[in-house]
Parts: sequence; C-alpha cells; structure tokens
Amino acid sequence: MEKSINITLKVWRQRGPKAPGKFETYQLGNVSTDSSFLEMMDQLNEQLIAERKEPVVFDHDCREGICGMCSLYINGHPHGPDEDITTCQLHMRKFKDGDVITVEPWRSHGFPVIRDLMVDRSAFDKIIQAGGYVSVNTGGAPDANATPIAKPVADLAMDAASCIGCGACVAACKNGSAMLFVSAKVSQLALLPQGKVEAAARAKAMVAKMDELGFGNCTNTGACEAECPKNVSISNIARLNREFLSAKFKD
Amino acid sequence: MATSKKTVIDSKIPEGALSEKWTNYKAHQKLVNPSNKRRLDIIVVGTGLAGASAAASLGELGFNVLNFCIQDSPRRAHSIAAQGGINAAKNYQNDGDSVYRLYYDTIKGGDYRAREANVYRLAEVSNNIIDQCVAQGVPFAREYGGTLANRSFGGAQVSRTFYAKGQTGQQLLLGAYSALSRQVKKGSVKLFTRREMLDLVIIDGKARGIIVRNLITGKIERYAAHAVVIGTGGYGNTFFLSTNAMGSNGSAAWQAYKKGAYFANPCYAQIHPTCIPVHGTNQSKLTLMSESLRNDGRIWVPKKLEDAKALQAGKLKGRDIPEEDRDYYLERRYPAFGNLVPRDVASRAAKERCDAGYGVNNTGLAVFLDFSEAINRLGKDVVEARYGNLFQMYEKITDSNPYEEPMMIFPAIHYTMGGIWVDYELQTSIPGLFCIGEANFSDHGANRLGASALMQGLADGYFVLPYTIQNYLADEIRTPRFSTELPEFLEAEKAINERIEKLMSIQGQRSVDSIHKELGLVMWDFVGMGRNAEGLKKALVELKRIKQEFWTNVFIPGEAKDQNVELEKALRLADFIEIGQLMATDALHREESCGGHFREEYQTPEGEALRQDDKFSYVGCWKYMGEDQEPQLIKEELNYEFTKVQQRNYK
Amino acid sequence: MSITGAALVLFLTFHSIMNIFVIISPEVYDAICHFLGANWYALVGTMGLALLVVVHICYALWLTIQNKMARGANSYQVKARPKGVEWASQNMLVLGVVICGFLCLHLYNFWAKMQLVELMGIINGEEIHVGGAAVVQNLFQSPVYCILYIVWLVALWLHLTHGIWSSLQTLGWSNNTWLPRIKCISNIYATIIMLLFVAIPVYYLIVNLIS
Repeated sequence: MEKSINITLKVWRQRGPKAPGKFETYQLGNVSTDSSFLEMMDQLNEQLIAERKEPVVFDHDCREGICGMCSLYINGHPHGPDEDITTCQLHMRKFKDGDVITVEPWRSHGFPVIRDLMVDRSAFDKIIQAGGYVSVNTGGAPDANATPIAKPVADLAMDAASCIGCGACVAACKNGSAMLFVSAKVSQLALLPQGKVEAAARAKAMVAKMDELGFGNCTNTGACEAECPKNVSISNIARLNREFLSAKFKD
Repeated sequence: MATSKKTVIDSKIPEGALSEKWTNYKAHQKLVNPSNKRRLDIIVVGTGLAGASAAASLGELGFNVLNFCIQDSPRRAHSIAAQGGINAAKNYQNDGDSVYRLYYDTIKGGDYRAREANVYRLAEVSNNIIDQCVAQGVPFAREYGGTLANRSFGGAQVSRTFYAKGQTGQQLLLGAYSALSRQVKKGSVKLFTRREMLDLVIIDGKARGIIVRNLITGKIERYAAHAVVIGTGGYGNTFFLSTNAMGSNGSAAWQAYKKGAYFANPCYAQIHPTCIPVHGTNQSKLTLMSESLRNDGRIWVPKKLEDAKALQAGKLKGRDIPEEDRDYYLERRYPAFGNLVPRDVASRAAKERCDAGYGVNNTGLAVFLDFSEAINRLGKDVVEARYGNLFQMYEKITDSNPYEEPMMIFPAIHYTMGGIWVDYELQTSIPGLFCIGEANFSDHGANRLGASALMQGLADGYFVLPYTIQNYLADEIRTPRFSTELPEFLEAEKAINERIEKLMSIQGQRSVDSIHKELGLVMWDFVGMGRNAEGLKKALVELKRIKQEFWTNVFIPGEAKDQNVELEKALRLADFIEIGQLMATDALHREESCGGHFREEYQTPEGEALRQDDKFSYVGCWKYMGEDQEPQLIKEELNYEFTKVQQRNYK
Repeated sequence: MSITGAALVLFLTFHSIMNIFVIISPEVYDAICHFLGANWYALVGTMGLALLVVVHICYALWLTIQNKMARGANSYQVKARPKGVEWASQNMLVLGVVICGFLCLHLYNFWAKMQLVELMGIINGEEIHVGGAAVVQNLFQSPVYCILYIVWLVALWLHLTHGIWSSLQTLGWSNNTWLPRIKCISNIYATIIMLLFVAIPVYYLIVNLIS
C-alpha cells in the first residue's frame, strides 16, 4: 500500500571530470513508497528547479531495467540495496521514513565522472570494438536452422548475453576490473558455433583492450556477480580465462 | 485546416506482381561502384535497430558513415527494451505460414491502411533477418533438437515469432551493435555519441547535413554528408507517460518535417494493452509487460459490479473472486483469437470494461491478467521458464507476486505507426533524406502487430536501405564533399542558437516536466484511446494554450553552452507540443476509426472500429507551411490491387 | 598468482602431512627431517620454494598497485560487502601480510634451527643432524608460541579458503556446475590442511596444560 516517507539525501556533486566534487545534503519530503528511486530523483530535481538551482545530473533512459544507462551507487551498492535490479527498478518501499541515503557515481579509473552522478563508460564500447562481434557481413548468411545448437548451450549463451553493459561489475569490484563484462561477451560468442571461429583472437583482443584502458585485475572476489543486475555468472570469467590461456598457449 | 491541393505524390512502387516488385527493383536499380563508395558520406541519426543495422551495413559496403546517438553508447537505444520477439515467415513450425500470410496478417492487422508493396517486401526479407541475426551470434531460444523455437503473438494464427527469453530487442540490438562496432574498428563508421540532432541542412533542395548539440559541452556542431538517414524512433513521449525511454523524442523527425518532409498519419499511435497501471503523480514512465504474456495469461474483470467496487476499495483480492463470477471479456467477444487479438482491439476492450466501472485497482483503471490456469495446466516451473524475468520485473515494480495474485494491467502509449512519409525507397519528400524504422510511417498502417517493429527496423536497416540509397547516391558520385562553412550550415546554426537563446531567456516559473505532464494529460484525455470531434477540438485549444505557456513561462536553469539536461528536455518538449497539435489535427480530419485511431462517432453496434474506405483509404501526409500556419494535407491514395479489403474480424 | 599459489598449496599439503608425524611418531619425523636436511635436492627444493614465495608476493604487490590505480582516485563514502562475497576474498593482501610476518618468525623458529644449522655445519666442515622433533617440542613448551601459531594458521586457512578455488577459477577450470563444487572442495581441502597443522600446537598446548 502506498505511503509517504521523508528522507535525507547525500548526493555527490561534481562539475566536471577535473573539478573537485563534494557531497550535498538535501531534505526530501512526501516521497511515495510506490515511486521508483529515479522518480524520487526527479522529485528532488523538481524541488531544486523550484529553488532555481541546477538539477542533479544522472544517466537514465529506458527505466525498465534493460538499457543499462542508470548507474547510481546507493548506500554502498551499485544499483542500490536490492537484488537483481538496476537503479531504475529500485523502489522507495525499500527505504524507511527518516533514512539517510548516500548517492554516489560509479567510481573507477575506467569510468571518469562527467558531471555529478554521470560517468563516461565509452571504455566498454572500445572493448567491444576490439573484438566483441562475429565477423559476418550483412547478407549471405546460411539458413538459421542450418547449424543446430543444443538448447543448454544456447541457454548458457543467452545467460551470458543478458549483460546490459551498465558497469555495475566495475563499480562493485574493489579492483575496478571489467572481467565480468568482457567475459560475458567472450563467453556468449565462444559458446556458439558462429562465434567459435574467432574465439581465440577475440579473447586476446578484448583482454588487451581492457588492460590498456586501465581496468584492474580479477581476484575472484565475486562482488561483480553479487551486484550484477542481470545475474551474469563468474563462471563466464573462468571460461574467458580458459579461452585466453589456451589462445596464449597456441601462440 | 488547409484543404488538399492536387500535389502529386510519387511513392515509386515498382511495376509487376506483388511478389516480384522487390526483385524487379533490385534488378534494375542503380548501384555505386566500390571506389566511389569511399567518396560518399552518409549521416545516420540514431543507433536503434534501424539506425545501427543501416550504419553497419552501409559501412560494410564501403560508404563513409557518420552515426549519431543521444545516449552514451549505441547499445542503449530504446529498441533494446522490446521484449517479446521478432516475426519471420520461416514456417519452421509447419503450421501453414508463408511470406504471403505474414504479408496478409500485417496488412489486415494494420486495418488496411498500409502500402501493399512495402509490406510484402517486409515479409519477404523477414527470413533473411533471422538468418543474419543467427550468424551474428544472437542467442535465440531453441528446442532440444537444436532448432529455433517459436511462439505466437497477437493478430496471427501461426507461431512465427522468434525470441530470446523476454529480451529479444536487446539481443537483436546487441547483434546490430556488434556489427556496428566492427565497422567502427575498421574506420568505415564514425560514432558520435551524446549528440542530439537539432536541425537538417538543405543545400539546393537536397539534404546535405545536420546540426547537432553536443550534450556534454553544449557546443553546436555541424556535419555534412551526401545523404542523411533518420532512424530516431517514434514520438510516443508526446503523451509524457508512455513505454518509451525517457530520452525518446520526435525532434529529429520534426525538424525534417519543418524543412519540408511530409509527416504521414501522425494520429496513428499504438496503445499497448498490457502495461503496469499508473501508480501516482510522480510516475515518470510506464512499463510494458510483453504481449507474449497473452499466450498463457487470461484477461478478465469481475462480472458483478459489486465485486469490482470491492476490488477498487481494496476489500477483495483478485483470487477471491470465484471462476463463475469472472468475465473473460476477450474470450467472450473474440472466440477465434481470444486473448491474442491485436493490440488496438485488446486495449479498447479494456477501456470499455473500465469505463463501464469494472476496473480492478484503486483508480478503477486496470484489468487482470491471470496465470492461475496456466500454472495449474503447465506447472509453475514451465511458466517461470517462459516468463520468469517478466514476472520478476512485475513484482519489483508493484510488490505483488504474479504467481499468486493475478497481474494488473492497463493500456499505455507504446508505438507510433505514423511518422515521416517515405516512398518505396524509404526516401522522404526531401531528396537525399531517408527515414527508417519507427521514425517513418511505412509498413504498419493504422496498427502494428506484435513482434513486427523489430522486423521492420532490421528490414529497413539491413536489407532495404543499403540497396535503395544507392539508387540515389549513384547520381551523387560527382558531388564533392561539402564544407560545413557553407552559408546554409551557418544559417542553420544561427537559427538553432537563437532558438536556444530564446528558451534560456524566458526564465519563467514552470519546470519543463510540469508542462510536459500537462501536455500528456491533454493528449491522453482527448487524443488517446477514444477520440471524438468535440474532444479533439478542445485538445487543439488546450495545446495552443500549453504552447503559449511553454514559450512564456518555462524555466531552464544553467547555461546554454554547457551540459544542460533541462535545456535538452525543453528543446524536445517544444517539438512534442507541435507534434501533439499535428496529431490532433490529423485525428480530427480522419473521420473514421481504423486501427490505433478510434473515433467514437465511427463504430459498429458491437463497438468495433468502423472504417470509411470510400473516403479515407489514403495516407494522410502533412506538409509544413510555416510557424503557426495550418499544415497542408496531401493524400497518397492506397489502391489495394492484391488484397481484398475487408472489415477486420477476429471473432 | 594462481600457478604459484597452487604450487604453494601442494607444498603445504606435504608439509602438513609430514608435520603430523611429530605427534604420531617423532622418530619418523626425525627421519624425514634428516631426509630433507642439507642435501642437494632438499636445498634445490628450498630454493624453489623461496622463489615461489617471492614471485607470489611480488606479483601480489604488483597487481595490488595496478588494482588501486584502476579503482581511481576517489573512494566510495559508503562501502558495503555484497551478500555472498567472502571477507577473505576481499582481504587477501591483508591476510598475506599477516602470513608473511609469521612466516619470518616461523623460519627463525624452525628453519634457522634445522636446515640452516646443518647447512652452516657443512660450510664449516662438520656434519650436524638436528633432531627436528626436539626443536618442535622445545618451541611449543611455550603456550604463547602455541597460541601465536594457532592464530597464524587461522589466517592461513582464510587465505586458502579463497585461494584454492580462486586459482582454479583463474586457470579456467570452472563452470556453472563445478563452481559451487570447487568452492566446497577447496574449503574442505583447506580445512584438512589447517587441521593437520593446527593439531600440533593444540596437542602441545593440551599436553602442557595436563602436565
């Protein structure tokens, strides 16, 4: 049932990548527990605009948990204190009247802050550009049923492919590692016959790009998996390691 | 409204039998040789299914592609949110499907307001799309034997929908995105993210470039090319609350319209029957529950008004109402298609029941979508395997467990069939300007069938535009690259700067969102599911007032030459208000009911949409005549040569 | 990390099995000590072991520096350990430092009095055989040492509970089905090794208490 709560927000404000940032504290009253977290942020921004101040900048778009754009670090958790969801799917019923909520941007060398809570995740695009694809041109593809793929394999590939590229794995990792993201794409394509052909080259290229862009190393803490809104498994990381090591051995 | 002068509209439909038109076209069109392709630049605006697949395919062919999107990455375009699936006439299920049947279902589903030749081509290339996506590594659902699985969708009696869990749009978009990324690495496509198109530049009557605003720095940038492709999606956010993403907007298409491209059938907006109902005034968007749920879910409201009252007061729960007191109104009214009637029909039926007082939530604006029978028949495991992620999403939003309590759903704006008018080549009425995907009007008539949007976006991007654009570019091989210092570019930039200055200087009292919400309410009440002449006239008055309010009382904090989210929203809202006006104008002029456009004056005694084929069997194209001028209506007659036009019947 | 770590785990396995004989049969223990005294193969083994440890530590430090840089300049204001994430996994370096500190003590306590003495003997032209069991018994006369060693072994155990499965994961020997199994096996394995080790100080602690 709907009710309203009053909360205190501690929000990170930062003008630009080089500018120093600091926390600002805002009081927000009359927040419906049926609203989503981002609707609460909208409410905060409306309040700021009414005070003729600049609203808090944050990334968001689809607001149904699939585009991967929203990226708030709430009370010590990427996407906040609920499981298997993105920030936009977090609802205010998870909070109590009088709560102090700390909202921070993703913090990682690979994701510099653009403004306030918005970070630059173009590094992920660069990693995909390094090899996260099957080299096939439009047209001339064989019939879709020409190559049967066992259902368990297809399902496993689908699980890996459900990564939304939000970067919560990097944000959660104490090493700022992008291994879960990279391994999800490498796994998806390595599992399917269409992607096997380039599997070795892909694993090497994507890992090299990831290292080049300054992401950290995987020490298997599993924080990425625990915070991943799409439950992408760290067994993908094992598969990436396998692909990577066997590619290196072959060289 | 200006009456139509006899402006001739040439849709360039190739000669020949329906099934040979596309083959004939490809056989006789002009092509560009590889060494010339390198010298030709193409701007593609948008990176959704249509934009990304087009940019990737054009890059593969060897053109120089400049690809723009407003998000931080091409992968975030709203195509990603499509859940249910993609249609193709593969007939893998041996259930009688064929290219013709897919074509026929789409024409019929669109209530006989689409162009035959385009729809047939769409059905023809649908099979290539599936092949292409599988080759890219899209993990479609499979059977134990390793072949592809299918499910059924509204408006069809065959199972032709391919799917990847409830994330088909995501997987298809990631497929296109990976193809695009490959071209970016090769250097044939240059990506410009976090850039919003604010104007189209026309030189000597041809589209030659765009003006964009860099959303991070606030700088205005100019880009030139030999052709411009718009793939920026629909304008559903005119209603404020819709299933579109927060950033989805109609501005790129609207700028094209203002520069002379016809806007076709703006009133055709699809209302999706299965969305999570509105919870309160702070609601920012509506969440869709996939149409695939209607495969196993049964839609009902109570038979007795007192039960409905008790549900609305929270005294009863859905599961408390005994089977014999439930009205499965879709099954009752449409026994042949049951819960799988097309979206417009299902939405109107829900509105009819709620208007009659049978709504089931506290606002009285919801109906039940019930899985208890499916859970009993199939077991919870099977239901979970099919819809688990959707159920989880529902529970996170509503805090109610759909395995135990029936879901509550209500219709919401989802897709716009109308859009920029294009000919058979997907070229707009401005030479050199092409429009693809939801942004154009072409293939869905007055109503789109489920799982057809993905099909159309990818068909346009992978298999149609890369051919047809060459027919235009073949004549451009001698045109050298343009300088962005040409007076046309400078003028366009100046106009944009003035517009932004004007907005920034209003310094009124209202936030952008508060005005947008007001616009949304007017649109939903008068230009929504049920429309009538009186309401539409009222809407036009209200919209004029809202426009006035916006331009005199909006407040935008911050600087113009800086990152400024409020300014971005204001620029979009300025266009949404005008789009709303054109929608209402179009809806008022179309004195018939068809598909997503339901005029209450025109219905059968049973409450079904009643078309006026003798008067309105045409595409209503609107031509911009200047600020605050009535637009001019131009008609493209729809001559059905190959299909018998009938009253739609799903009974 | 994973390869050196796995090798060290093998060493620990052998070490723990050997150790247990100090309780069961001090004679056998002494024989093993003699076998692993100042012989060329034992020395090569010791050098190899030392190299493994050094590589393991250097690599750990190098990775930690990289990871710190990857984390960025600003750290989070609020930190919370997500559900399902072991404390040990996020504190391997801390545990490593603790283990390393105790390792020095351990080398001073035992290696310096056993293999090193024999080695020095050879250099000085004498042949010395140290009775290992006696050294052990001597040290664990002190309950303080017993408790210190128990604390150390608990740190080592924590390090191993994460380390064993983590090394297999890094080497790619894991998948959806095997991941939980490997974690379980690793925990059991680490616990067995730890129990074998810890049995000795506990045994002496009890013996001392009784006498």
